[in-house]
Amino acid sequence: MTTHEPAFDLSSESPSKIAFRTLVRDRRSWVASTMLIIVVALTLSAPLYASLISKTDPFVSTINGTVVLDGVEVQVLQQSTEGLKLGVNPIGPTWKIGPYFLGADNQGRDVAARLLYGGTNTLLIGFAAAALTLIIATLVGVIAGYSGKIIDSVISRILDVIWAFPVYLLSISLSVVLLTSGFKWGPISLEAGSLYLPIFIIGLVYVPYVARPIRGQVLALREREFVKAAIGGGAKNSTIIFREILPNVIPSVLVFIPLMVSLAMLTESALSFLSIGVQAPDASWGTIIKDGLGLLYTRPIVALAPGLFIVITAVALNLLGDAVRDALDPKARLRGAF
Amino acid sequence: MAEKLLEVKNLCVSFKTRKGIVRAVNNLSFSINHGEVLGIVGESGSGKSVSMSAVMGLIKDENAEITGEVFFNGEDLLKKSDEELRAIRGKDIAMVFQDPMTALTPVYTIGWHIREQLQLHSDISDKAARERAIELLEEVGIPDPAKRVDQYPHEFSGGMRQRAIIAMALSLNPKLLIADEPTTALDVTIQAQILDLLERLRKTYNSSIIIITHDMGVVSELSSEVLVMYAGRMVERSTKSSLFANPQHPYTKGLMNSVPRVDRARTSRLETISGQPASLLNLPSGCAFRTRCPSAHVACTEQPAFISDSNGYGAACFLLTQGARS
Amino acid sequence: MLVSISILVFLIFFATPGVDPAARIAGRNADQLTLQQVRATFDLDKPIHIRYVSMMKHLFIDRDLTSYVNRGAEVWPQLTQAIPATLSLVFGAALIWLVLGLALGITAAGARKSWIDPAIGIIGIVGVSLPVYWLGEVVNLITQGRLHATLFRWVPPLGYVPFTQSPSGWFLALLFPWLTLSILYAGIYIRVIRSEIVGLMQEDYIKTERAKGAGEKRILIKHASRMSLITVVSLFGLDFGALVGGSALLTEVVFGIQGVGRLTFTALQNFDLPLIMATVMYAAFFIVIANAIVDLVYAWIDPRVRRG
Repeated sequence: MTTHEPAFDLSSESPSKIAFRTLVRDRRSWVASTMLIIVVALTLSAPLYASLISKTDPFVSTINGTVVLDGVEVQVLQQSTEGLKLGVNPIGPTWKIGPYFLGADNQGRDVAARLLYGGTNTLLIGFAAAALTLIIATLVGVIAGYSGKIIDSVISRILDVIWAFPVYLLSISLSVVLLTSGFKWGPISLEAGSLYLPIFIIGLVYVPYVARPIRGQVLALREREFVKAAIGGGAKNSTIIFREILPNVIPSVLVFIPLMVSLAMLTESALSFLSIGVQAPDASWGTIIKDGLGLLYTRPIVALAPGLFIVITAVALNLLGDAVRDALDPKARLRGAF
Repeated sequence: MAEKLLEVKNLCVSFKTRKGIVRAVNNLSFSINHGEVLGIVGESGSGKSVSMSAVMGLIKDENAEITGEVFFNGEDLLKKSDEELRAIRGKDIAMVFQDPMTALTPVYTIGWHIREQLQLHSDISDKAARERAIELLEEVGIPDPAKRVDQYPHEFSGGMRQRAIIAMALSLNPKLLIADEPTTALDVTIQAQILDLLERLRKTYNSSIIIITHDMGVVSELSSEVLVMYAGRMVERSTKSSLFANPQHPYTKGLMNSVPRVDRARTSRLETISGQPASLLNLPSGCAFRTRCPSAHVACTEQPAFISDSNGYGAACFLLTQGARS
Repeated sequence: MLVSISILVFLIFFATPGVDPAARIAGRNADQLTLQQVRATFDLDKPIHIRYVSMMKHLFIDRDLTSYVNRGAEVWPQLTQAIPATLSLVFGAALIWLVLGLALGITAAGARKSWIDPAIGIIGIVGVSLPVYWLGEVVNLITQGRLHATLFRWVPPLGYVPFTQSPSGWFLALLFPWLTLSILYAGIYIRVIRSEIVGLMQEDYIKTERAKGAGEKRILIKHASRMSLITVVSLFGLDFGALVGGSALLTEVVFGIQGVGRLTFTALQNFDLPLIMATVMYAAFFIVIANAIVDLVYAWIDPRVRRG
């Protein structure tokens, strides 16, 4: 870029203050945050909802249960009146605050309550897996970018091989292998059927996605004058990494956070949909969609509702991610000049 | 008096920022005749590039406000629509920029670029355009032009690329060529070649050149007239020889003194201008150079008028009112 | 690279701590005799590197791998039969998402000052937020269920119709899978392309073009968009390669298309190790090929990369 920029006095505020102010001014961050807060609040209120409103245990089948609707006592799973009149049809949404707001699933469970509980798991796995990815990837990326050629090529090679696998194939493979028997390696022991497995698998699978850009950034930073000056000044490697490199890498990591949560969530729900993610008796939005498949043409709400929640949450996260990225991009403000 | 080619009157370019209004160009007035070479000198932030971009209509920032008049061949460019300006850009007024390495879209050949320039303003056929391109490359001193015309920008060295860009800029015989720091990104040896080229072409095509630079050496090499800018204002205007022999404005004097000169005795240290370049958001009241001027006095808290003679030469400094200009 | 990938795959399936490969290969309720046969065929009693070599030999050289789950059905033919379905699906979807991505991405970048940019932005964000399998089910709900009798009468039942059998059937059966698969990628490409172009419009050569007298539209399309192709091509190559290799499995499962992805998933579900090895290696192979092709196309698009 050319050198003749007007002599704006832009340097009086710290970059993080400027970024924060830009973020706050961006309408997108408000919309996205509101959506996220609503979703999180709803899912966190699951136990309250179950005890106060739906009044049934969402994890227990109530095949013979009954519920009072408009004063009339009605079977939760009713004889099907369509088609061959075989099988049972769960009751549909009542759209009234109370039990079976969204109807029942094929085991008589309250869909709305399960939705909220499932949300807790989906969000939990999403955030935890994203955190795992970001921590490992930052570590790996910084080490690879800053260390000598040998370490870098070994790490890069490993990252390339992992990333050569499409994310879904790799995560499905790992899930299939680990899900029934768990994972035991040294001090790490993850039981089959625990939530830690999906978190571990999803977290691991996305490491190259974040580590490679971070490595690239560290490589470039290492050649910058201020780092060379620090090295020339005799600073220790650890000081350089923490004082010069990391602060410049953090903004990129911040941008990755909403994105990774969204990706982790979508991956988890796909795995759960394929029955290799969250296992019964736990629920997640993905498992509920799977459960709803059998009822797709009769009681579509069971499959529709969790998907809608996923879409809303992912949209909010992506929106937030865009806002964060634009807030942290120093060039975005000078844009529009000649 | 021959009609002036370009006459800039009270050009002001300001940008609205969160911190206030930045006046990048403040009441700039000057003119240039056919066949003249004007050097615009100033440091970064002086407004030299912004002013010329405004003249060409290249400022796309919504927060920019441009006032004043820019008469080119009798017509006010600032009142023209972008469509009208597009017909003028490249054809009557051409501009060459600082960094030849990034100045051309890398995926098209040099021949393609020259052809595009020609076809944007005339109905020339592809074949004729290619021939013209070869001619132009030869004229700017690029060896083996028939082969080079089909090469990509990255296959040219910096100096060669800048020559090709100059060839492209002059391809339609513009009356005015604005060169914004054309040699800053090049080696000193190449620099001299490019300046020679510009001088040669100017004579051949009889075009005027405005050369923007921060380098006094470039000014002395090429221009006949000089305009010195500081903090968005013109602080001195003179012929080249007068400027070097007898600078009027303290800033110009400072610039002259900070450059080593062969015709002066060797001193132990180069003089520098004290202080920092003015912040356009926080200009001192009155003369913007006041805080750094060794000759500043009480009157300088008022904005000095540009005091000029009949040719338009002069300086904006109260010191001038105190004595006749030599 | 292929070697490293094959090693990784092998390790995952044969060497994961706590998992017994023989039991898995032989399937459930295998008797001792079968288990012993499995162990012999795959040299499971021998050290790990010999196992690896023997597996690779069976896979590639002898190509006689049979699946124990499917009672002796050969592995390679299953794979090759599934390829046309996946290719049809991915080609069609790729065409759609490329056209949409470029058209909308370029438009959004060029219309930054109007409402068009945010509107396209929303389309992009929603596109990447839709779980593809859920979308597929919703589409099925509408086309196969609710509106099947009326608006969508013409939609054939789920499944793949080979082109050689019936071109129109092939097309109709793939229409909704194409649309579903392409929405996600269209969203990605719209966002990437728009962002790329907006960034590129700040480049120095754009300034030169303006000084030449070129109009904004010409600059947008002939210069900025053309330069953005460099990123788009490498992204597309990887995406396409991954999908053909089996990443489209969710779409295939939901729409009942017997493609490579679905085959991979079935193999994984049944822990049909020979089939898994074959399909996963096939996927990896495709990715490596895609990378190589991207490198070639890269040189064609960006002259700076060419040598000599």
